[in-house]
Amino acid sequence: MAAEELKTGPLEYRTQEGQMGIMGFWIFLGAEVVLFATLFATYAVLFGRTADAPLPSELFEPGIVLVMTFLLLTSSFTCGLAIHEMRRGSVKGLILWMVITLALGLGFLGFEIYEFVHYAHEGATIQSSAFWSAFFILAGTHGLHVTLGIGWAILLLIQIKQRGLTNVTSRKFFIISLYWHFLDVIWIFIFTSVYLIGMVI
Amino acid sequence: MHITDILVTGEPIIYGAMVSMALVGIALLFILTYFKKWKWLWSEWLTTVDHKKIGVMYILSALLMLFRGGVDAMMMRVQLAFPDLGFLNSQHYNEIFTTHGTIMIIFMAMPFLIGLMNIIVPLQIGARDFAFPYLNALSFWSFFFGMALFNISFVIGGSPDAGWTSYTPLSGAAMSPGPGQNFYLMGLQLSGIGTLATGINLMVTILKMRAPGMKLFHMPIFTWSTLVTCFIIVFAFPILTVALALLTIDRIFGAQFFTLTGEGLPMMWANLFWMWGHPEVYIVILPAFGIFSEVIATFAKKRLFGYNVMVWSMIVIALLSFLVWVHHFFTMGAGAFVNSVFSVSTMLIAVPTGVKIFNWLATLYKSKIEFTVPMLWSLAFIPSFILGGVTGVMLGMAAADYQFHNSYFLIAHFHYVLIAGTVFACFAGLVFWYPKMFGHKMNERLGKWAFWLFFFGFHVCFFPQYFLGLDGMPRRLFITNVAEWLPLNVISTVGAFGMGLGFIVFVYNVYYSFRYSARETTGDSWNGNGRTLEWATTTPVPYYNFATVPYVDEIDPYIRMKEEGKTTFEEDKVKPIHMPSYTGQPFIMMAFLGLASFGLVFEWMYVAVFGLIGAVFMMIRRSFDYDDGYYVPVEEIKRTEKKARGL
Repeated sequence: MAAEELKTGPLEYRTQEGQMGIMGFWIFLGAEVVLFATLFATYAVLFGRTADAPLPSELFEPGIVLVMTFLLLTSSFTCGLAIHEMRRGSVKGLILWMVITLALGLGFLGFEIYEFVHYAHEGATIQSSAFWSAFFILAGTHGLHVTLGIGWAILLLIQIKQRGLTNVTSRKFFIISLYWHFLDVIWIFIFTSVYLIGMVI
Repeated sequence: MHITDILVTGEPIIYGAMVSMALVGIALLFILTYFKKWKWLWSEWLTTVDHKKIGVMYILSALLMLFRGGVDAMMMRVQLAFPDLGFLNSQHYNEIFTTHGTIMIIFMAMPFLIGLMNIIVPLQIGARDFAFPYLNALSFWSFFFGMALFNISFVIGGSPDAGWTSYTPLSGAAMSPGPGQNFYLMGLQLSGIGTLATGINLMVTILKMRAPGMKLFHMPIFTWSTLVTCFIIVFAFPILTVALALLTIDRIFGAQFFTLTGEGLPMMWANLFWMWGHPEVYIVILPAFGIFSEVIATFAKKRLFGYNVMVWSMIVIALLSFLVWVHHFFTMGAGAFVNSVFSVSTMLIAVPTGVKIFNWLATLYKSKIEFTVPMLWSLAFIPSFILGGVTGVMLGMAAADYQFHNSYFLIAHFHYVLIAGTVFACFAGLVFWYPKMFGHKMNERLGKWAFWLFFFGFHVCFFPQYFLGLDGMPRRLFITNVAEWLPLNVISTVGAFGMGLGFIVFVYNVYYSFRYSARETTGDSWNGNGRTLEWATTTPVPYYNFATVPYVDEIDPYIRMKEEGKTTFEEDKVKPIHMPSYTGQPFIMMAFLGLASFGLVFEWMYVAVFGLIGAVFMMIRRSFDYDDGYYVPVEEIKRTEKKARGL
């Protein structure tokens, strides 16, 4: 159907195909909200059911989680800058800020993996109790999303090198930026309702 | 591992099924090879992104599953009518009621309705295809491989046997070891991907691709029901995704979500399952309401009474459907206050539903009803569904539910709403839109035979079950040699076979009509009574659907178009039409995911990882795929339209 093309406005919104892709992704994010809400609810229900495993307050430490939060929030900001550069028509700026975003995302992921391994050594694994199952699946699902996002963005970086800014490539970058900001929002909830509360109680 | 270790052995009935499946498989291979149809199968069907063809494939699969689930039902009924015959053993009985329920809901009702939506919704709103045709093909193949995975369970590895609700701890690793439950989890997970994708796809299609001028409140009511259903799908299916994933992780990776060790909470499964499960029953009933509304308005030859109210009641039903899930387990002991809240919210749903019933009756009031087959199904729906609805309100009263819970009263109730609602609608919709799909009608005489057999069979089968329930017969019971129950059970079984006979006549009618029905010459198949845009295009529908899309600013636009002599072919306005290219990628991607799921079922991690890598590789290929379709030239459109319209 994408016959007509607008001459003004952001590139990604100029074709009907682009508009539909972005709208579809917003609806998909709605489904993702439900998915994470279910995981949060599961976590809340299973909170305190640690059986013989260590308590979260014994393992959660503010330092590493704060670093992770800092990395991910900054990456959301640089991702915004990347889209800003894209809107200005600068492929170079887009690539630069996107690479920085991914580097920050990788840093986050590295700390998360370190953290998980550390907990496992302390006797808290996915198998040790209902609480730890819920914790690892909630935080792990978020981590898996970040991993997929990094892989996906690398594919898009190759495509922008090959094709430059078009209706299609700009749509793809705009959509992955939505995804990245969404993961940031989820992390804020994990940081507060999992780590901060877990440290106190 | 040797192949005989995973084949199900020692059951004569299953040996019979294996032999017949092998024979049908060989026959299919032979026919495809003998008539040199392999290329045709690949290039016309397996690679298609055309919403009409995908819809046909959905409906064919659903009919096949109706047969499979129906055979399961017959076997249960034989066992219950002749409990001393030793026809089934208890394990086999458990497996059969599990697969019957799961198949009928997940692999019959939903794909049937999604198939009809696939074909009809773009036609009703004047669109050329879905918003995302590639994704639509992906949805179908994920459903197809999920279905295949679930269905092979009874010859390889053993079927799930913990009921279609798969309650923990029974369905956990400790009490149900082996692949059976894994088939349930992976089959549903795989097809769930497709359902969610279809929900998003149809939502965007409806919101962004309507004919020029068509506002939301100009849309045909079936399209409205689809939009509301998609809303439920998008917000309910992720809950199922999580629930299935958590139980899978419990079973395969030893987590403790629903276990009795490690302080897991088995009751959380019931909550998660029904938080999806109750919206799910509205996913299969709202489109049915949409179909009945279309059929009733068409054959009462009147505009649907209270169109706006109909739409708003669907929206209210959709919202309420998320707030009633606890009524499935009042007896679990949530306490009087919680039960009361959910009791009230359950009964609230009866209000918008009642409004809809009265609107259908008001549409029929003082109209000249034409008793075609789709109309018969729709008229039969109203009183039958009311029986199911009223008993539903009885079940919704928490205190009384302690008596009804898990008895045949419940079985009778939900078969009355699901068969009289959803199944009648599937038949009504299929017969109603059949000429649009295949270019000829189904034979009316045979159709009426199928209808009356099925209709009487249905009531004879399920009405006695209310009384069996009140007499205390529990569901999922394998031995029923209580003398007082036997007569009603025999009557019920007779009814079940009546329904089976009706189904056979229906399927025979497909063949008979293909051979003998007159081919359609106009697009407006039902004596010129079509009201909405799907009847405005020619039959069979050209692959681009509409040569020119009309301007629409009212409900039932085709009526005025006919009065003013307008068509969907205004020769001077024809422009090249953009269409998506066919591709085999969705089929291959989902085949890999199917393989991964199969590996997970048997916990063969190498197979699972291999399948996942294959699927990811296909996704990467898709990301680099910049094929943006092709244009149908004006000349070809004009040639096609003139031929179809006899100009």
